[in-house]
Amino acid sequence: MIAEHGIPAPFSKYEIGTAYDEMFRANGRPRPHYRALYAKLQSSPAEELSRSKQEADLSFFNQGITFTVYGKKEGTERIFPHDLLPRIIPAAEWEVIERGLTQRITALNLFLKDIYNERKILKDGVVPGEIIYTCKHFRRQMRGVKVPRDVYVSVCGTDLIRLPDGSFVVLEDNLRVPSGVSYMLTSRKVMKQAFPILFRKCGVRPIEQYSQALLSTLRSLAPDGRQTIVLLTPGVYNSAYFEHAYLARQMGIELVEGRDLVVHDNMVYMRTTSGLQRVDIIYRRVDDDFLDPLAFRKDSELGAAGLFNVYRAGNVVLANALGTGVADDKAIYAYVPKLIQYYLGETPVLNNVETFLMTNPSERQHVCDNLEKYVVKAVGESGGYGMLIGPHSSAEQRAEFRARIMEQPRNYIAQPTLALSTAPCFTEDGRIEPRHVDLRPYVLFGEKVTIVPGGLTRVALRKGSLVVNSSQGGGSKDTWVLQN
Amino acid sequence: MLSRVADGLYWMSRYFERSNHCSRVLEANFNLMLNPGKLSTGKRWQNIIGHLGLGAEAAEIEPPAAILKLTSDTSLRSSIVSCITSARENASQVREQISSEMWERLNQLYHEVVQTTAVMNLDTDVQRLFTAVREGSYKFVGVTDASMNHGEAWQFIQLGKYMERTLALPLLLDAIFSEAEGADDLDWVGLLSSCSAFEAYCKVYTADLKPEFVAEFLLLNPEFPYTARYSAEKMHAALDAIGRASSARKAAQIERIAGRLHSSLAYAQIADIMSRDFHRFLRSIIEQCHNLHSVVHETYVDYPIETAFEA
Repeated sequence: MIAEHGIPAPFSKYEIGTAYDEMFRANGRPRPHYRALYAKLQSSPAEELSRSKQEADLSFFNQGITFTVYGKKEGTERIFPHDLLPRIIPAAEWEVIERGLTQRITALNLFLKDIYNERKILKDGVVPGEIIYTCKHFRRQMRGVKVPRDVYVSVCGTDLIRLPDGSFVVLEDNLRVPSGVSYMLTSRKVMKQAFPILFRKCGVRPIEQYSQALLSTLRSLAPDGRQTIVLLTPGVYNSAYFEHAYLARQMGIELVEGRDLVVHDNMVYMRTTSGLQRVDIIYRRVDDDFLDPLAFRKDSELGAAGLFNVYRAGNVVLANALGTGVADDKAIYAYVPKLIQYYLGETPVLNNVETFLMTNPSERQHVCDNLEKYVVKAVGESGGYGMLIGPHSSAEQRAEFRARIMEQPRNYIAQPTLALSTAPCFTEDGRIEPRHVDLRPYVLFGEKVTIVPGGLTRVALRKGSLVVNSSQGGGSKDTWVLQN
Repeated sequence: MLSRVADGLYWMSRYFERSNHCSRVLEANFNLMLNPGKLSTGKRWQNIIGHLGLGAEAAEIEPPAAILKLTSDTSLRSSIVSCITSARENASQVREQISSEMWERLNQLYHEVVQTTAVMNLDTDVQRLFTAVREGSYKFVGVTDASMNHGEAWQFIQLGKYMERTLALPLLLDAIFSEAEGADDLDWVGLLSSCSAFEAYCKVYTADLKPEFVAEFLLLNPEFPYTARYSAEKMHAALDAIGRASSARKAAQIERIAGRLHSSLAYAQIADIMSRDFHRFLRSIIEQCHNLHSVVHETYVDYPIETAFEA
């Protein structure tokens, strides 16, 4: 392999497989937009990179961008693994991504408005009603509720992957409370310190304006003149708490917990040192289920009792709206290309991954007979839980999933095993090797659609692994979208 | 400002100051112990470690074990490691309110203290811990003053710091003066060092160490930041600023309690205090602090909702 490509040190162990490699062409030559990084890596001794890596890690550690390792002795806080080498996207490719994401979020918002109001798409038979009503994130309570500007999803994090032919496809829409944007922002800051000259030479588009863009997006949802915005967090024990605090500070808004909120006379207030202050817009990072013990889960202490009534009366804006999870259900996902066609009359710019619905008897039969070739996912789960990766599974696991699929076909979908593209990573032992990556850009929808040029590139740090979720051994790297 | 946040800032600051107080007192006494005949100075030492949180246990425990416990026992709420942990926990709940620099300093100190205290060696690590806490505290206090708006949030931090100082000093004085018999110059130097006050004291009284002078300096000096009078004054000022920022309904009551505490120290004379019941005087400061703490809590943090709609 190595000799075939003949890529010189420090890439001598760099094996190009069947997946698309972000940096190298199949012939071992670097792609044009990676040449500057390629040259930098060739001229930098491994010790220099190791030192930069240590400094970057220390910076994350001191900023407290850590999670606690449970079940071990105290003091075991770890940073979220971060890879030193940037993932680079040229301007022309980004333009397609931007166009595709804008189209997709527009259609998904129209879809949400439709199914909570007129339900035309069900009447027209484009999507079977059954699949909506059996979705565990469908909220009956939202029927007929007026949503400001008809924007249900104002913040979305879409997971994209790149296929061996070089095209980007959508793997998942995260329309509830997507997280990770703080890693995008903090890792950019660290990368600018690590590679200032390279950064300048590449012409990387800035992303630092994300917080301002988020604030304007939230503001644009407000009823006239009422502008008190807060960020609602489940609290300090939530794994994304760092991000909540970070965004609140960057936007200059209060970070509130459920216990800070009081509902009185169909208005929601926060408890301040000057008494109760009315709240107009809540950027909530608490799941639907936990927002209001009177309307949803009764055992929740993370929300505020009576909040849903305030919302229904139009006295507070929630972003994202309630019930958006129905549109990122993995079974609905299969219909998104049709939704784009139906609502916008356009062909999708970004395609879906081929998806088999287990409710369809012939597709189910085919998948169950060939489980070792497919990835099976539970429809309502995220974070890489409830998944079977066929090629890496045992016969026992496959038998278990087969039984589960037969028992609850609505609960599962299957997709072919995909070779996510690979990008160069700086490994623990100081080498540069390819690892599989995906890409999560963040889309904001208010008065207009805003996508900061960048995103979170998640990387499966274990060699050969395809699982990029941070809960399962994944890390992140900075994403550089180039000016031209 | 959110009530929960005000409370978090206040407690962050109190726990931080508590860890500092504990570290200063232990460091001063650790140095004393190195002198011949001072290994365990009986009742006075027991009083000191008692006031730092060992309570009844103080009578039985050996000095090295006591120091280990007060520095590194995570199950003891008042140990240095516990106080720093609590300070950091509170800070993490109000992270968007404090500057990133403050958080980073506190976080660094926390990791340093946790690592040093995880396996503590009395010979090598204790002094290192004291130094880390002292230096960490200078950095944290400096960055707090330099990188944060001196608005309501900052005032709650000041309130916490000076509340803790106004409370800790009378407790420490009580521990020592109730067993002052046989105390020599070194003991008085130890007491002053416990408040980082030795050099400042000498500037006023020269190195003439008399118990009345020491008590007068630590209680009534208006210019040194660890004295009771100075702390009460700062507390009074912080509450005044908070009252103005929040237009609270019960601000007048707070002003009365804080003002009375401040004046009781500003207009006192040490001869009067020492000729009467010194212990009672110290207790009365502590009680006024407790009272002030409760009223502040009821006014700004835990007020009944009904009262909020009356205005």
